[in-house]
Amino acid sequence: MLTTRGLDKSFGSLVVARDIAISLPQGVRYALIGPNGAGKTTLINLMTGMLRADGGQIVLGGEDITALGPEERVRRGLVRTFQINSLFPHLTPLEAVTLAICERERIARTWWKNTADYRAAVDEAYGVLKSLSLGAVCYRQTHELAYGQQRLLEIALALATKPKVLLLDEPAAGVPREESSELFTAINNLSQDITILFIEHDMELVFRLASRIIVMVGGSILLEGTPDEIAADPRVREVYLGGAHG
Amino acid sequence: MAAASPALADPHHYLATQIRWRRIEVVFWLSTLLPFVLTPDYLVLGSQIAVTALFALSLDLILGYAGIISLGHAAFFGFGAYTAGLIAKWGWGEPITGLAIAGAAAGLLGYLMSFVISRFRHLALIMITLGFGLLLLEAANSASWLTGGADGLQGVRMWPLLGAFKFDLWGVTAYWYALIVLFLLFLVARRITNSPFGLSLRGIRENAVRMRAIGAESRPHIRKIYTISAVMAGVAGAVLTQTTETVSLGVLDFQRSADILVILILGGAGRLYGGLVGAIIYLIARDQFSGINPQYWYFPIGVLLIIVVLFLPNGILGGLAQLIYSERGQRWFGWLTAPLRRERKS
Repeated sequence: MLTTRGLDKSFGSLVVARDIAISLPQGVRYALIGPNGAGKTTLINLMTGMLRADGGQIVLGGEDITALGPEERVRRGLVRTFQINSLFPHLTPLEAVTLAICERERIARTWWKNTADYRAAVDEAYGVLKSLSLGAVCYRQTHELAYGQQRLLEIALALATKPKVLLLDEPAAGVPREESSELFTAINNLSQDITILFIEHDMELVFRLASRIIVMVGGSILLEGTPDEIAADPRVREVYLGGAHG
Repeated sequence: MAAASPALADPHHYLATQIRWRRIEVVFWLSTLLPFVLTPDYLVLGSQIAVTALFALSLDLILGYAGIISLGHAAFFGFGAYTAGLIAKWGWGEPITGLAIAGAAAGLLGYLMSFVISRFRHLALIMITLGFGLLLLEAANSASWLTGGADGLQGVRMWPLLGAFKFDLWGVTAYWYALIVLFLLFLVARRITNSPFGLSLRGIRENAVRMRAIGAESRPHIRKIYTISAVMAGVAGAVLTQTTETVSLGVLDFQRSADILVILILGGAGRLYGGLVGAIIYLIARDQFSGINPQYWYFPIGVLLIIVVLFLPNGILGGLAQLIYSERGQRWFGWLTAPLRRERKS
């Protein structure tokens, strides 16, 4: 579904991505792990076009999207969420998700009709919110929501764009452990058609939910494999236990 | 800010309630008719307030809704004012077509300008709009063969409105005219803010980065609202010209851009009525204070501003809304903010 070839990026002399080649087939749940500063978020920024790669190629569903801006990539189904909440504080979740749907359906340029007249869009927005158990709070302003609910809204906004590939940047960042398990259950329940790549530091969650794992270190991909392979690999142990991280 | 209502479960009902006319809105618009009866000597001031309110409304659409700051919005107000004045001076004194042409001219200028505006945000925008405003002011000043320069544009003669109502000395026609134009464009603005387009504008204001991440291009939206805002500002300027039958360089002045920003923030940005309430309070206060002390009337205005910003960071309307939507406020004033009875069966 999503393939990158030879992605490079450096800031001055600092190389943050070196020859990144990954291939995500449809419907697979990938975890992207690695120590702090390994370049995980940078990779998401490169794939979604928030950062321009110095070299390399990104292909989504057979189409080369390397030259496209972030908006066009989203329209083609490559969508991300943010590690630090990036929401619309003074919109209600219902408004925010409806906004995303209106933009997707290209009715966002209509100024002579009320939003409420687009009943299908509103229904869909409400459906998305309910599926992430946000139905009860969807009329309150986003900034009034509990932190965990805001993390869910991050995902709801991404889902509203009908993604083919969903890149989740630490979806449970800052969420207490008991709740993060719930959050990942919600992620696990997402449609199996969606390819998911998520960054997560909690290894228990990673091993529970990912069908494949990519390990990044120092801007490069160290290895990729099934959870069992990763758990058994001595290099991963080295990085996580022997390195500065531990 | 949303008031709790019993039928919370249904999103359609919720959204429909959000956009329904409220009793307090009806009260507000009806009370704009009171000056005809209560203060007939102040109708000239009334039409100035209506013009300023419309100008503030135009700024609210870009600043309050889309988050685009402008310190040069008088450019469009003045452009509309001069356009309307010149049309009348050159022999076409029919007000309504003149108004339309002036609005279109200001809109065209706004459209061209929007290509620059949509590329910048925050401080850069302040500088650009400020510079653009000064540029236009000096252009009008130097082109005195066209604009009359510092002496103002002379010889603006308006025909009677609809061929029947002369613009009189007491401002009866002027107030009617300004009020109707304000109300019609307010309806447009209200519709815009309740539309999917208006929702996207608020999204841009709240988080432009996230807009990109949900696949939304902000620039076309910004260009569109900037053009609409310029039309409204131009119409406001044109109404001023037509009701006073003169144009001075003051319509393009930096002071006017600054005043309108102050008025909007005073009233409360992003609430449609903020600019209207701000215009009423500001102009009446100025009228009263300058009556008391013609020389230092900006002093009490300054005090008023500081008090409002210190105690009501969201403007007068923001403070009122907080009061009214509190639990006790709803008990006392709930009937005012309740939507009009108009249950639609569907």
